[in-house]
Formats: sequence, structure tokens, C-alpha cells
Amino acid sequence: MKFMLMMNAPRGTGDWGIYKWGPGDMKAHIDFMIRLNKDLRAEGTLAGCEGLAPPGEARLVRAGKSAAPEVTDGPFAEAKEFLAGYWIVDVETPDQAYAIAARASAAPGPGGKPLNMPIEVRQVMSGPPPES
Amino acid sequence: MTAAYSGEHLLRELAPQVLGAVVRRFGDFPAAEDAVQEALLVAATKWPDEGVPDNPRAWLIQVAARRMTDALRTELARRRRETTLALDEPDALVVPAPDSGQEPEQDDTLLLLFMCCHPALTRSSSIALTLRAVGGLTTAEIASAFLVPEATMAQRISRAKQLIKKSGVRFSMPTEGERAETLGAVLHVLYLVFNEGYATSAGPSLQRVDLSSEAIRLARAVYHALPDDTECAGLLALMLLTDARKVARSGPDGELIPLDEQDRATWDRDAIAEGVALVEKTLAKGAVGAYQLQAAIAAVHDEAARAEDTDWPQILALYGLLLRMADNPMIALNHAIAASMVHGPAAGLALLQELDADPRIASHHRLAAVRAHLEERAGNRDAAIAAYRLAADRTASIPERNYLRMKAARLAAGES
Repeated sequence: MKFMLMMNAPRGTGDWGIYKWGPGDMKAHIDFMIRLNKDLRAEGTLAGCEGLAPPGEARLVRAGKSAAPEVTDGPFAEAKEFLAGYWIVDVETPDQAYAIAARASAAPGPGGKPLNMPIEVRQVMSGPPPES
Repeated sequence: MTAAYSGEHLLRELAPQVLGAVVRRFGDFPAAEDAVQEALLVAATKWPDEGVPDNPRAWLIQVAARRMTDALRTELARRRRETTLALDEPDALVVPAPDSGQEPEQDDTLLLLFMCCHPALTRSSSIALTLRAVGGLTTAEIASAFLVPEATMAQRISRAKQLIKKSGVRFSMPTEGERAETLGAVLHVLYLVFNEGYATSAGPSLQRVDLSSEAIRLARAVYHALPDDTECAGLLALMLLTDARKVARSGPDGELIPLDEQDRATWDRDAIAEGVALVEKTLAKGAVGAYQLQAAIAAVHDEAARAEDTDWPQILALYGLLLRMADNPMIALNHAIAASMVHGPAAGLALLQELDADPRIASHHRLAAVRAHLEERAGNRDAAIAAYRLAADRTASIPERNYLRMKAARLAAGES
């Protein structure tokens, strides 16, 4: 079964105020993420992962007249958090997905302390179609 | 292992020749392309065990032709069932002439490239189709190279083939009038394939097809077909001179290493020598094009033993020539970098100000990244930090974002 692990970052400080971190903390965080993805790939559980550009670069699109795209900078729905990136993991049980989410959640922040950031886990709809 | 490996290379070399022969005989490009792919697959499974046949090209043509005939027979049978109007001698229509495998030896690579890069197609379909029909790659390999699902890539390729069929492109050399434009499109597609490979070569999977090498192989084939075309030679040289720095440009975890910090001892000397020779040969011929100039710039970089030995005045002059040839903001940006290396960061920053007014590049991350470097060199710490952060927010490349964020963090911490 596949799960999407969504890494949500708090709005306002954006990326946990990553621009206030020192170079050492920043490097440790980057190295952690690189290693985590490498490990998940080696373990054979990683089906995909992407980081997203920050919400400041996001655009809101609606179909306008004659279905042409109308692109604006927002306003976006009021939210405390935004999606910073996601993993899709292919595992046997939900617990395995939760375990991976916990590993990602513990990515180091300032002073090397775990961020324990919230990771939203949602199953990917990939079950077989019903027999008819 | 080595034999299997070279067998695979042989197959890919033969792919366009075989496809050319089958298209010539049957005309139906989409069907012919499918048949050739099947023949390549049969060969890939049989040859390692049974050995490569004496005339591998004829062998592949025969297998592909048989597939075509079978497919046509099925199609005719279907039509007969549906229309009840029996055709008199269907076999006479579909059975290949008895000269199977005696196609004249000719290289149709160029003709196929002209078809695959037809202006009716989108760039992304041209790229996919070129890699399959001319490069001999499988759909799965192309899909994994572009990190999209195989079904998506299969759809892209099949739609491209239908478009070619519908637009009635003929399998023949373009007229003298169309030739320059069509060749320009071919070179551009190869350039894009190369860039895709270059941009993602630090990517996650080692099993991905090396698109840069594939682009070089195809550019080499075009160069051999048109040795007197200076832009084609220029493109090949540009690819070789850029690819020569491949190993040096990223660290063990895919982190970005800028040109001035690269270990130049790891640059590929043979590729540089070949690229430089091509540049010198084409410049001697007089006509100067955009690929040649970019190749010449790459050559100046590659010939500097240390970053500080780089002949920036010459690079600045070359970018000046390029700018006169094309109104391209990316070239203007590189021109500004060269100007800053010759006349100091203030001169570069002044040129960047003009680009702020150009909507094609004003919000591009490269503009912010270049500004950050120049502000840093000019000693404007805060402006540099702000520009590094802006660039980090705008780039779509994670290794580049990490690099830019680290630059900002180091400056903010008073290191650098």
C-alpha cells in the first residue's frame, strides 16, 4: 500500500525560519534530508518524493471566461501551514508508513535538536478496482 | 558483460538505419517505428545467447519488416471482416519485395531527425520521439530519464507519431528553403536533450540513461552527415566542452560546485581537446553562429588551468558578439558576469539593472543569484544575503537551493 507523507511547514516563519539558522545547522538539515532519501531508496520503500517551491511563489488558477486560465497570486485559503514537500512510500502496513514519517519528522533544526515537525500521512488511492 | 554492452551500443547505432529502411519500404512511419522497436527488443534478448548475426542491420530490417507485414495482414483481415468487401490479392500488397535485407547501405539518421523535430510537434514530443526513433532507446528508458511514468511517455510518443502522420511530413530531405529552419530545430532539440541530462545528472538514480551522452552521440551523427555545417560542429563542440566538466560540477551528494571552485584536474582532457579542435576548425571557416560562440566561450573556460587564469576579456568580447546576434536575456546575464570579471562588480551590477526591466528574466532565479554573487564581491553583505535568499526561493533545483541557502547562511554568520 502506498502512503503520501506530507511535510507541512508553519506559515509566517516559512521553513521554520530556516534563514535564521547558522550555516552548521543548515548543513546538518540538508545532509539529513539527502541521507533520508538515500536510505528510503536503498530500503526499497521510496516511490517518489518532491520538494516544493515556497508558497510565496505559488499561483492560484481558476478557469475564467471560455475556460482560459486566470492566474493570480492569491488570496489563498487561510492556513497555519503549507506543504513544503512530500514523499510517497510503498509499504506493507500503515505502521511502516508512520515509522518513516517519524524519521522524517525528527530532521535536525537549530542546535541539531529534532524539529519534530508534523508529517501528514494519507493513503494513496491505489487499490484494485472492484470485481464486477 | 562487455559483449552484451557493446551489443546494446550496436543496436542503438543501427536503430535509425533500420527504421529508415523500413519507412522507405512501407511508408507508414508510426507503424514502422513500432516494428523497429519490437525488432530491437527481439535482438536484445536473442543476440546475447545466439551471437550477433553476420549482417545485423539486414537481420533487424527483416524482423521489423515481418512485423509490419503481420500487422498489415491483421489490419486487412479486420477490414475485410468489417466491410465484407474482399480484396483480391492482399498478399501482393503487403509482402515485402524479395530483396529483403538488400537495402542500400545509407544513413537515414538525418532524415529521421528532420521528421522527429518537425515544427508541427511540441518540443517535448520531439525530444521523446528523437530519443526513441533515432536514439533507439526504449519508452521505459526515456520515461525514467525524464522521471515520468512510462504510460505518460508512451502516450507522448504515440501522439507525436500520429501528428507526424497527420501533418503528412514526407520522409525526404527538406527543400533548400526549409533546410536551415529544419536543421535549426534539430540542433535545438539535441541541445535541449543535452541540457536536460546536464541539469539532472546529479539526480537520484544511477540507472537513468545518460541524456548528455546520448545528445553528444546524436550530435556527432549529425556532424558526420553534415561536416561542413559550422553550427552543427559548434553544437557538438559546446556539448563536449561542457560535458568535460561533468564529474567536477557536483559533490558526492549531488551538491553543486561552481566553476571557480571545481577541481580542474578531473576535467575530461580528451573531450576538451576534441571540442577545442572543432571550435578552431569552424572559426577558421568564417561563418559564426550562436552555438560556435558558446562553444568558444566554453573553450576559454576549459583552457584555463586555474579559475584565476581565465581569459575574461576574451569571454566578454565573445558574449558581446553573441548579444549582437540574439536578443536573449540569459546571454545578457552572462555578459554582465563577464563584464564584472573584467571591470569589477559595480559594472556588472549596473548591467543587471537593465535586466530588471525585462519581464523575460526579471523574476528568474538566475538573475537574483548573479546579483547575490556580485553584491557579495562588492562587499554589500546585506544586499547579497537578500539576493541569495530570493534566488533560493525561486530556483526549481534542490541542489541549487541548498547551495544558495548555504551561501546566505555563511554570509549571515560572518563566514565566507
